[in-house]
Parts: sequence; C-alpha cells; structure tokens
Amino acid sequence: MTEILHVSGVTVRFGGVCAVENVDLRINDGELIGFIGPNGAGKTTLMRVITGIVQPQDGKVFLEGVDITNKATHQRIRAGLALAQQIVQPLRAMSLLDNVALACGGEKTHHALKSMWITDISSEHNRARALLTRVGLSHVVKELPGTLPLGYLKRLEVARALALNPKLLLLDEPLAGLSQKEAASLADLISTLNADGQTILLIEHNLREVMRICPTLYVQDNGKSLAFGKAEAVMSDPNVRNAYLGVSHA
Amino acid sequence: MSYEITLLTTMAISVLFALSLNFITGFCGQISLGHAAFLGAGAYTSAMLSKAGVPFLMTIPAAALCAAVLGAITGLASLRVRHDFLAITTMGVGFLFVGIIRQQDFFGGEIGIAGIPGSGFGKVRFMLICVALAFTFAAFSLYVRRSWMGFVFKSIADNEDVTRVLGIDVSRYKLIAFIIGTGTAGVAGALYAHHFRFIGPDSFGFVESISVLAMVIVGGIGSVWGVIFAAALLSVLPMLVQFIDDYKLLFYSALLFSMMRFSPDGIAGLCTRLSSSISRRTTESDGNKR
Repeated sequence: MTEILHVSGVTVRFGGVCAVENVDLRINDGELIGFIGPNGAGKTTLMRVITGIVQPQDGKVFLEGVDITNKATHQRIRAGLALAQQIVQPLRAMSLLDNVALACGGEKTHHALKSMWITDISSEHNRARALLTRVGLSHVVKELPGTLPLGYLKRLEVARALALNPKLLLLDEPLAGLSQKEAASLADLISTLNADGQTILLIEHNLREVMRICPTLYVQDNGKSLAFGKAEAVMSDPNVRNAYLGVSHA
Repeated sequence: MSYEITLLTTMAISVLFALSLNFITGFCGQISLGHAAFLGAGAYTSAMLSKAGVPFLMTIPAAALCAAVLGAITGLASLRVRHDFLAITTMGVGFLFVGIIRQQDFFGGEIGIAGIPGSGFGKVRFMLICVALAFTFAAFSLYVRRSWMGFVFKSIADNEDVTRVLGIDVSRYKLIAFIIGTGTAGVAGALYAHHFRFIGPDSFGFVESISVLAMVIVGGIGSVWGVIFAAALLSVLPMLVQFIDDYKLLFYSALLFSMMRFSPDGIAGLCTRLSSSISRRTTESDGNKR
C-alpha cells in the first residue's frame, strides 16, 4: 500500500510542557485509523502539527513522501490534506451550498488575481450539491448555518473537507456533542467514505463508535505514542487500558 | 450653479474615497483606521507633480501607484495582525503619515501645499471626471463582489482561519484588497488636491479616517449602494449645515455609535429589513383577505 502520511519523530513543547514527544505515525492509502487517548494526550496538537497550525521543535511531516514540515497550512491543504475541525466553524454569512462551493473552487481561487476575472460558479454549485446530498444535507442546501443544529454543521464540516478532494481526511472529534443516534449515523457515513477509498485519520473520544468503525487504532498518552495496531489488540493492551480507561493491570 | 458643481464634485470624491475603504473593510473585513493617509499620499503626489508641470491626468496613475505602494507596505506589515491589532496598526500608519508630512519642508510642512494648478478641464468637466471615476469604481466593486475574488473576500471577512483551511492563500488576497483599496484612495487624493487646490497635514488626519469609516458603517459595511448613499450624504451635510461642520467629529462619532447600537449593518441593512417586513405584511394581508 502507498504511504500517504508519515509523521517522523515530532516533538512539540509549549514553554516547559512537552505536548508531543518524539511521535511517529504512518498512514497508508485507504486506511481508517482511530486516533484515541485521554484528555491532554496531545491528539489535537499532533493534528495541528500535521496541518501546519503548530510548528514542531523537532521532527518532520511527509505527505506522499514529500516533506511538508515547513509549508504553510493552505499549501498543505492544496497538497492533499483536509481538516474537519472539532469546533464547527461554518462561514456564517454563506449558505451551506456556498460554504461547500468555495471549497470546491480550488482551481479558481489558487491564483488571487486570476480569481477576479472568473464569475461562473455553476459547476462548483453542482458538485457542492452532490457532496451535501452525500452527507445527508440535500434538504437544507440554501439555509444559513446559523439556523441549523450541531449535527448538521458537523456534516457540513465533512462535506467541506471532502470538497477539497483530499488524499488524507483529518477528522477532529466529529462525533463530540452529538446524541447517540446522530453519532452512530455520522460514524456510518465516515465508514462509508472509507469504504469508497477515502483515507481517514479520526480523532475521537467516542470509543464505542471508534471500535465499531475503525479497524486500526493509534493511541497516544502524555504526548507519547502508546500503541498502534489492530483495534482489538490495541484495546486489550494493558498499558492502553491503564492509560486510557484508567484500568490498572495487576 | 457653481455651488452645486462644487457640491457634486465633493460628493463624487467622497464616494470614491469611501468605496476604496469599503473594498478593504467592507469586502475583505480588514479594519482600517488610517485610510486618510492613502488619500494624502495620492493628494501630495498629484499636487507635487502638478506643480512640477506634469499634466493633471498623468498625475492620477502616479498618485494611485504611490498610495498603492504605501498600501502594500502597510498590508505586508498587517498580515500577521487582525481585529483590534490591525485597527491600531493602521491608526499608527495614519499618525505616521501626518507626522512625516508635518516635519518635512519638502512636503510643505505644517503650512501644506498651496497654489496647486487647476485640472485644466474647467469645473464642469472636472466634476464629470470625478463622477465617472466614482461610478467606474462602484461598477468595479459590484463586479468584484460577484467574482471568485469577492467570494474569497467574503469568506476572509467571515473567518480567516477557516478560509486558510480551505487551501486559500489568505495573505495574498488581503494584500490585493489593500493594494486596490489604497490605490483607489490615491486616485481620490489626486482629485481632492485638484478640487481644493490646497492640501495640508490636517486634511488627512485621524478625523478624516474616522469620517470615511463613518460613511462605510452608516452605508452598511460591504454594501456598494449603501456606501455610495452615505458618502454622498455625509460629505455634503457639513457644507449644508453649519452646526455639523463645527462639531464634525462629535457628529460622526454619535452617528457611528447610533449605527452600531441600532443598525450594525447600516442603511443597507435597514432597507433590507424594511423591505422584507413590508413584503411579509403584504403576504399576510393577502392571506387574510382570502
């Protein structure tokens, strides 16, 4: 399998606190990896290192073998990453359709000056409509995000990330704040996307859904890699049970 | 008739100046509290070139270029700051501009530059040039708002971080907004210098920056038609009502406060709400009749 992402020896310190310490992570094409760990494990920090929001003090990030450690966030996105954020951040002045259409228009927004001479948005609207239908939002495409519940906005985040045609989709706690039914439904969608070939790294606290949809788990605790492998094997690892579930092993 | 021509010319220059700020603040969401500095850069460039014998029409692109270069430098310095910090940075640029002009005899110092040659077109034709330039930029603004650039500007104004996560080079778009907006302010400055034929540091100070911001906010941030209306009205009010001229800063500040309290989206927003309220009532009354 082709390697999509390689995080190599990444260390991030905030003052005297080491948020991520010498972490290695490899993600191959077509994988769905559940990234778990207790609060403060450094999951979101590692996600921010991958997307370029946080610069590591040490280590490198490779996307399809290309070193992207020193690239800006927008360059990494154009290189093939997409992020659906933990706290939903829709563009509130735009309809759902426009939110996704903007993400679809990567070709048209790549060159700032050229973008001034382009007004046609019909093809992006068509693709945005198809993506919103795929995530189950076809009935609210014209609505403004401010009028919609959290479950819809989480799906909008996923649709907007998919619009970027990513090689790797990073999902930061997409199930947080959702009811059990909504979480199961969104987890099903994530699983379907993976079945269609989308490579996904899923940070999530909802262990039940993670165990249900993710064949592979990566566990981090106190900023360090703790375990990586098949979900059942990882969850039966005494160190993981101790660190993540607080179950001590005799 | 001469008075009306002067009023119309002043209106057109103010509309162009306000639209130039609307491009930066209204479209792209970048607050600027020192925009008068770019009007000043254009005015001084045009005035000095005119006094050196350069024809008026040729001083306009030079004024735009000088203001745009200053705008690009300000934009580059402002890329890493936003919101309150951007407001303070741009305010600093405004104070810096006036401070430099005041201290340099080359720019006329405190006294300013008097005896700027006329445009050579006569009052009516000069007014028509001002109106034509204002409407050309208004049409350009309306076009840009419909383009992908306008789409990105709207996104940046809404949330810069999200725009960046969509793979868009936010810095480049912000810089372009600064360059186009400040370059246009420079054109307005060239017209200003040849309209009043006298310029001094006080013409481009903080009060002027707040006045133009008031025009944009009262009209409705981002609304081209709202800003045209507010700029036209607020530019001539001090000329028509002596009280407003005497207490200009107080008047504009009170207006800004009232707008932010009662209609943050300005006259444009007020009109939209009124129109939807009327259409709702009409629909309800039609429903009752049936």
